Amino acid sequence: MSARRRGRRARQAGWNVVGIAIFVVMVFPVFWMISTAFKPNEQIISVAPTWFSLHPTLQHFRDAIDKPYFWVDVKNSLIVVSVTVAISIVLAFLAAIALARYGFGGRKLFIVLVIGIQMLPQAGLIIPLYVVLADYHQVNTLTGLIVTYMTFVLPFCVWTLRGFLLGIPKELEEAAMVDGSTRVGVFMKILLPLMGPGLVATSVFAFITTWNEYIFARVLLNDQSKQTVTVWLSYFLGSSRHTDWGALMAASTLTAIPVVVFFLLVQRRIAFGLTAGAVRG
Amino acid sequence: MAPAAETTFDRSRRRRRFWTRTVQRTVPYGLILPIVVVIGVILGYPLYWLVKLSTERYGLFELIRHAGVSVGLANYRSVLHDTVFWHTLLRTVVFTTANVVLTMVIGTLLALLLVRVSTVVRILLSSGLVLVWSMPVVVAVQIWYWMTNYQNGVVNYVLTKLGIGDFFQHDWYATTFSQLSLVTLLIVWGALPFVVITLYAGLAQVPHDLVEAAEVDGARPWRVFRDITLPILKPILLILTSLSIIWDFGVFTQPYLLIGQSKITTGNYLMSIYLFEEGYFKSDYGRGAAISLLMLLMVAVLSVVYVRKMVRIGEAQ
Repeated sequence: MSARRRGRRARQAGWNVVGIAIFVVMVFPVFWMISTAFKPNEQIISVAPTWFSLHPTLQHFRDAIDKPYFWVDVKNSLIVVSVTVAISIVLAFLAAIALARYGFGGRKLFIVLVIGIQMLPQAGLIIPLYVVLADYHQVNTLTGLIVTYMTFVLPFCVWTLRGFLLGIPKELEEAAMVDGSTRVGVFMKILLPLMGPGLVATSVFAFITTWNEYIFARVLLNDQSKQTVTVWLSYFLGSSRHTDWGALMAASTLTAIPVVVFFLLVQRRIAFGLTAGAVRG
Repeated sequence: MAPAAETTFDRSRRRRRFWTRTVQRTVPYGLILPIVVVIGVILGYPLYWLVKLSTERYGLFELIRHAGVSVGLANYRSVLHDTVFWHTLLRTVVFTTANVVLTMVIGTLLALLLVRVSTVVRILLSSGLVLVWSMPVVVAVQIWYWMTNYQNGVVNYVLTKLGIGDFFQHDWYATTFSQLSLVTLLIVWGALPFVVITLYAGLAQVPHDLVEAAEVDGARPWRVFRDITLPILKPILLILTSLSIIWDFGVFTQPYLLIGQSKITTGNYLMSIYLFEEGYFKSDYGRGAAISLLMLLMVAVLSVVYVRKMVRIGEAQ
């Protein structure tokens, strides 16, 4: 018995070593970004790498922020993201209620629409979107980009919110209706407060996907002062042979920070929302 | 007197009930109306244009003039007779297969590993995975580019130090195979967290007693996996695999930015990049639309399994 337990413990120790090794490999790129961002230049360009710099510097962050258009493009990203998410979450919540609480003719078609749109490869839509928006003089405007993002954020929000709504028992609302509450009353007093966390999580996730989006922003915004921060970052390298790696990694860190923070806050909820259906089905 | 009063009361009540029922029936339509209108306008109209564009000669001149010249099916003929299209399609299929197989196999192995390690290591590893998951794609590309640059990339240094070979100033961007392998590594690295964490959640459903009983009966780990674990994971694996196929087939940002615009040639095109370069970059929107439509059709075929599965889940509520 004890020999067996010892065997099991030895095996687990082995698995632990493998697990830690994989952790190191997976996390290394993120570590390397941060480490490079704080390193003095001579340590960055030497062939033998310095793992931790003992003389960290903030110079690269200053250089990154001082690059042309950084603040303008951050502002653009914030405008695009917040308008897109604000409109989408309201409209999507209504549709999610319809899906989670009502049976109606055409429901299946609507579900196919919601799921199908999310599967469209974005590259496949750049040409018609560009031509149509150019027709209405909306290329190079944030409005054009916001409108485009909404088509993709809306279905995602509908589906995720629907998942959260299903987690709230119908009986609560029915009981309130019996007690004489109106539909609007039930919505304000029961659904809205209970859906708070779900609405926040979905908004944050929509925020992240919009903030990270690249191809539409690249195609629909040509002017450097109109771009979003991901496109700004993608142009950072330029074509020079002497890339400023420190500033590039500092800029990458700055772009990633809001996303990482938000993601860590809601990952659990959303991961559950995404897979709950799959696990149950 | 009394019965008459009752009838009026009844009638008004019936009328009211009729109205509430009608209103109730229209409520869901009212709720989905805004979205249907928004999507119909913003997506439906461009899709109509996509079909129209694909039958027209439409370049910069036509874009400024706001009118194309109808050419029938010439764009499709041109694309389907283009050897670059067929080579790109083949390359994309091979690329997608490699990405999906690597993602799913490594993902499953890591999920199984998560069950076997101690709690501390499990928390460490899953936090690491979530951190990787949260990395924006454009940021990940920049890190990858920095790690693999030939002058002072850390990858060359580490591989040389480990004695795997002499990678001093090795240029990872020299051949198509090497370029696309790097893109694959980047994509698999970015996709693993979602796959592993989802599968790990699924593994929680595997009954402990059953596994233990099988082990006591002397079942080998492989048999336990094949006969107990796999059937339970099957629905999740199916969904994850179809999602990966769809995503990897249409991937754009990673290859476009990592290989870099200046190094993109007809020899390393993937489908999305082919479409971007031939349609958007060369301002040949008509031909680009034909390529887009062909690509959308292929993805639609690939999506059937996933969409059907999700619709079934949605209908069950």
